[in-house]
Amino acid sequence: MGFLGFLISGISLGSIYAIIALGYTMVYGIAKMLNFAHGDVIMVGAYICFFAVSKYHLPPLVGVLAAMAVCTALGIVIEKLAYKPLRQATSLAVLITAIGVSYFLQNAALLLWTSSPKVFSNPFIRQTVNEAGKKIKITGFQLFDGQLRISYVTVVTIVVCLVIMAALVLFTGKTKMGKAMRACSEDKGAAQLMGINVDTTISVTFAIGSGLAAIAGVLLCSAYPTLVPTTGSMPGIKAFTAAVFGGIGSIPGALLGGLLLGIIEIMAKAYISTQMSDAVVFLVLILVLLVKPAGLLGKKVREKV
Amino acid sequence: MLKASDLNVYYGPIHAVKGVSFEVNEGEIVTLIGANGAGKSTILKTVSGLMRTRGGSIEFLGTGISAAAPHRIVRLGIAHVPEGRRIFTSMTVEENLDMGAYTAPPAELEEDKEAVFERFPRLKERRKQVAGTLSGGEQQMLAMGRALMSHPKLLMLDEPSMGLAPILVEQVFDIIRSLHDAGTTILLVEQNAEMALAIADRAYVLETGRVAISGTGAELARSEQIRKAYLGG
Repeated sequence: MGFLGFLISGISLGSIYAIIALGYTMVYGIAKMLNFAHGDVIMVGAYICFFAVSKYHLPPLVGVLAAMAVCTALGIVIEKLAYKPLRQATSLAVLITAIGVSYFLQNAALLLWTSSPKVFSNPFIRQTVNEAGKKIKITGFQLFDGQLRISYVTVVTIVVCLVIMAALVLFTGKTKMGKAMRACSEDKGAAQLMGINVDTTISVTFAIGSGLAAIAGVLLCSAYPTLVPTTGSMPGIKAFTAAVFGGIGSIPGALLGGLLLGIIEIMAKAYISTQMSDAVVFLVLILVLLVKPAGLLGKKVREKV
Repeated sequence: MLKASDLNVYYGPIHAVKGVSFEVNEGEIVTLIGANGAGKSTILKTVSGLMRTRGGSIEFLGTGISAAAPHRIVRLGIAHVPEGRRIFTSMTVEENLDMGAYTAPPAELEEDKEAVFERFPRLKERRKQVAGTLSGGEQQMLAMGRALMSHPKLLMLDEPSMGLAPILVEQVFDIIRSLHDAGTTILLVEQNAEMALAIADRAYVLETGRVAISGTGAELARSEQIRKAYLGG
């Protein structure tokens, strides 16, 4: 029963990585850049939700929507101010800028919200009254006579991830804007010749990725409640790893990479060593990339003459 | 219809197009011919906005377009079938056509697709197929069909015969002729000078970024100089 519990935790953690990895992979696919500030957008989203709920006593759902709105706007602004002027620059210049934006967001958060940790209150709880008439909070349910405990946040995370994936597959496959995004990610010049405004399309991509980062931030902090200005950086790097693992630029790859990464991490923590879990994760990544350099579902670069 | 004056285009320090002026009138087929590196493709890219001219001007239907964004130029009615076709290889044939119709009214999408399929029956057979799996000839058909989806007033074709077997080259030129008969104005860049001159109303011969000679297709096809340089005696 332990194994099943670990597997579910792994899938849940992996779902969060997958949602973050989508932002990396979509932006990479279209703008051919690694947006290392993506992890910090997660942190901003979590703070917004935290303040909305704890300080202004708004319902958690409103908090999530506020976080999404702020992060979407933040993503668009970051792209316009920091990356758009570098559209023709070398990829190294863009990479350094992305790292700069990441530090900027972390330090802005430090200035605005200080370094003292905020404790994120888990919104996925049920209040009930026990036999003695006292109010208690239930955070999950139990199966198999209490041998398997699953928290609500775990279930919500997995469901949200699946819904987001399905929505994105529909969006990129069926809608005009979604198809335009795929066209831009394949050939920007040809996309422009179709009448597609590449700048708008890149903006929309950043908006979607950042909106998803806000959701990931709330889910992450519901499961791991300590919120500090550097909260986003490690999950950000892990999710980037997941995106590369699955094949950067590929949306199903982000899901697969995220889930595998989450499962490997939890299994390594459970059966090998808590301290070594990240080492195990990255060892697996290295092995996968040695065999499949484009990632599990990455596109082979094909040339046709 | 299209009037380009004194185009000067650079790739970094390289002056690729040096003061080229040309005109395309409504209903014409105009061809730009010349050797590799003469600046033909660069001129088309400059018209469609992918590259910029330093000085000079481009007017289309009376509007200056030399500083307009490429996606705006498409909306004005210029479609550009680029060199190497550049179809979206990971998308299906039908999705490629959808992209071609990006600026067209959605209500006409299905009708327009049927019209393209009628002109290129092979594409209809392969409508659900990923475009990267098409043969070279089919890819050229798709690139042309995709461009037609935007209802262009001016269709610019960059080396449509490149890499195709002779029988397919014939087919491509037949299609160009029939598009022209249907009223589309065409600006054609070709290395196959003989065939290009045969269908062109007028032609410009480019040499290292300059217009060397211009005239009607028939005149140039008879010209001794042209025959020696481009038509193999």
